[in-house]
Amino acid sequence: MSQILEQSTAPLPEKRQLTTVPRLSDRIFRGIVTGGGLSSLLILGLILGFLLYNGYSTLRQQGLNFLTGSDWQAVVTDSGAFDVNNSHFGLAAMLIGTMIVAIIAVIVGVPISVGASVYLTFYAPNAIKKIMVSAIDLMAAFPSVLFGLWGFFVLEPSGEYWAKLLHKYLGFIPIFQLPAPYVTRSPFIAGLVLAVMIIPIVTSVSREIFSQTPLDRIQAAYALGATRFAMLRAVAFPYARSGIVGGVMLGLGRAMGETVAVYTVLNIVYQVNWHILFSAGGNVASMILLKFGEASPNEVKALMAAGLVLFILTLIVNSIANLIVTRTGKSGR
Amino acid sequence: MSTLTAELAPKPSKPWAAAPLDRAKTAGIFFAAAAISYLVVLSTPMKGKLAYIAVFFIAYIVIDFVSTFIKLGRPGAVDAVFRAVVTMAVAIAVTPIVSILITVWLRGHKGLHIGLFTTDMRSTAYTDPISQGGLLHAIIGTFLLVFFAMIISVPIGILTAIYLTEIRGKFTRPISFLVQAMSGVPSIVAGLFIYAAILLPFTKKLNGIEGSLALAILMIPTVARMSEEVLRLIPGDLREAGVALGGTQWRSVAMVVVPAARSGLITAVILGIARVAGETAPLLLLTGGSGSKNFNMFKDSMGSLPNYIWQCFATGTPESITRAWAGILVLLVIVVVLFVAARTLGSRKVGKK
Repeated sequence: MSQILEQSTAPLPEKRQLTTVPRLSDRIFRGIVTGGGLSSLLILGLILGFLLYNGYSTLRQQGLNFLTGSDWQAVVTDSGAFDVNNSHFGLAAMLIGTMIVAIIAVIVGVPISVGASVYLTFYAPNAIKKIMVSAIDLMAAFPSVLFGLWGFFVLEPSGEYWAKLLHKYLGFIPIFQLPAPYVTRSPFIAGLVLAVMIIPIVTSVSREIFSQTPLDRIQAAYALGATRFAMLRAVAFPYARSGIVGGVMLGLGRAMGETVAVYTVLNIVYQVNWHILFSAGGNVASMILLKFGEASPNEVKALMAAGLVLFILTLIVNSIANLIVTRTGKSGR
Repeated sequence: MSTLTAELAPKPSKPWAAAPLDRAKTAGIFFAAAAISYLVVLSTPMKGKLAYIAVFFIAYIVIDFVSTFIKLGRPGAVDAVFRAVVTMAVAIAVTPIVSILITVWLRGHKGLHIGLFTTDMRSTAYTDPISQGGLLHAIIGTFLLVFFAMIISVPIGILTAIYLTEIRGKFTRPISFLVQAMSGVPSIVAGLFIYAAILLPFTKKLNGIEGSLALAILMIPTVARMSEEVLRLIPGDLREAGVALGGTQWRSVAMVVVPAARSGLITAVILGIARVAGETAPLLLLTGGSGSKNFNMFKDSMGSLPNYIWQCFATGTPESITRAWAGILVLLVIVVVLFVAARTLGSRKVGKK
């Protein structure tokens, strides 16, 4: 009692300042974290800047021909100098090749992935589901050089046989025709390897979307006597459709930027080749790797410009994909 | 009284579960389809694994359709066919994984010997017999490259995740978008960028740190996105409790949120490492492939597992191919161990220690 009295005689503490301004430590913390957060912007900006800086001279010399032309020749004059006027850098052949290979990958990979994700979400018993999901996620972590070697040594022999079958029975369709009877290391096989490589990402995105299907709608469908297929058709597919499109775009972006696996399984020839079973093709990324080794400084600049085009292309595809996926994900929650 | 209710109460049953008869029927269809595919391949000119699988699948669907059609009518039969199709899809999706694992083991184990982990390729050519030379330089190189990539990317990745979950300032949406966009940057572009930004203007030579920088670019989005997911799972109560105890935001993040998410953040880092450990393309441009041990990140070319595999594969003789598969086996074991570690850590409940 006496203590309390003693204390009360002590001078009152000053009134506390109430403020919403964060303390110095917090401001420093926020500054650092914001800086770290903005680094992704910085890195993407730097990539764009440096590739543009190095590739600019090529882009200016070649103009639109860089995207539409399809020969790639770094000509050197007799004195060993770089011949600007006779050198041609046109990326069209490899751009077409990139699209062909990536589209084959999507056509083959997406039905498998979507089917697998439907099975894993709506059909699989829990034990099987756990194992399968782990296995498919593990596949996403496999290095691309492994897919390349597997494609070269294991898939290639089977793929050749399938290519011959396709040519034999569907050869009347122009893209399955062969200008010469060579089917090894064709865009078809590269597409199959890429299909295997995009299966994990497309499966996991679609599985995510399918698992967000509102439970009440599923139960309502069952209560009306729907079979599982009828429920999927009436509820799950309409709900997940745009999200799956997003997942497919993500897979497409992944397939377009793949380097090592394509380099391993594809016979890279710099020409426009629409015959997917024929042993010639390429994509931008693998072409860069191929030409980089013995490129002169001027050709390196052209390759930088090619890298820039690839970068912008994948950025666009990925951005569209992410927009779609994020929007679908939000609306479902 | 209690015994009475126990007798009267119906036994718990699962009327929707497959009865023994249903299972027997499924098994019957399965074996019938297998028998048909065997007979068809035997008696017609169609040959090969593909023929077996295709005929089996078609036969299975037809028998399944007909038998369900008789019992349940058209909707039931369509349902049964769809079930068969998606089951087939998942089987196809898993086949490459099984095939890859088996191939790597069958081809790789021949190249395994103890010297692989104790010697390097300084005085050995890729074409020499497999018993000579080893992977030590490549393992050291990969370890150093990934370690430095980790040192660069983990702070950036986790800071990005903290920004996205804790600060939520006006840049949240653009940054979240950019991080996702960054995860799609092709690895060769990351390599070209470092080549253009560092190798061409400054160093002019191949060295290890350039490879690490390129790997860091590829690793940041993985770490950031996984960490963001983990931090989102931390209950808001914990943050509020931290602030209510008088902590500043800095202290509540550093001493409450991040420790609570620790195992999840470690998972994110491990997955990031697994993502870049086998990355090949940027290393081909930036680090080169030295055959001897190199501990200096800033000087001279540096060997790495992907580079070793690539060089061996490109050499193309039987010995070098065996070397490549042995290298792949070692790389794959590293990736699988990392993946399992991440899974084990990640499956623990977030927020508990």
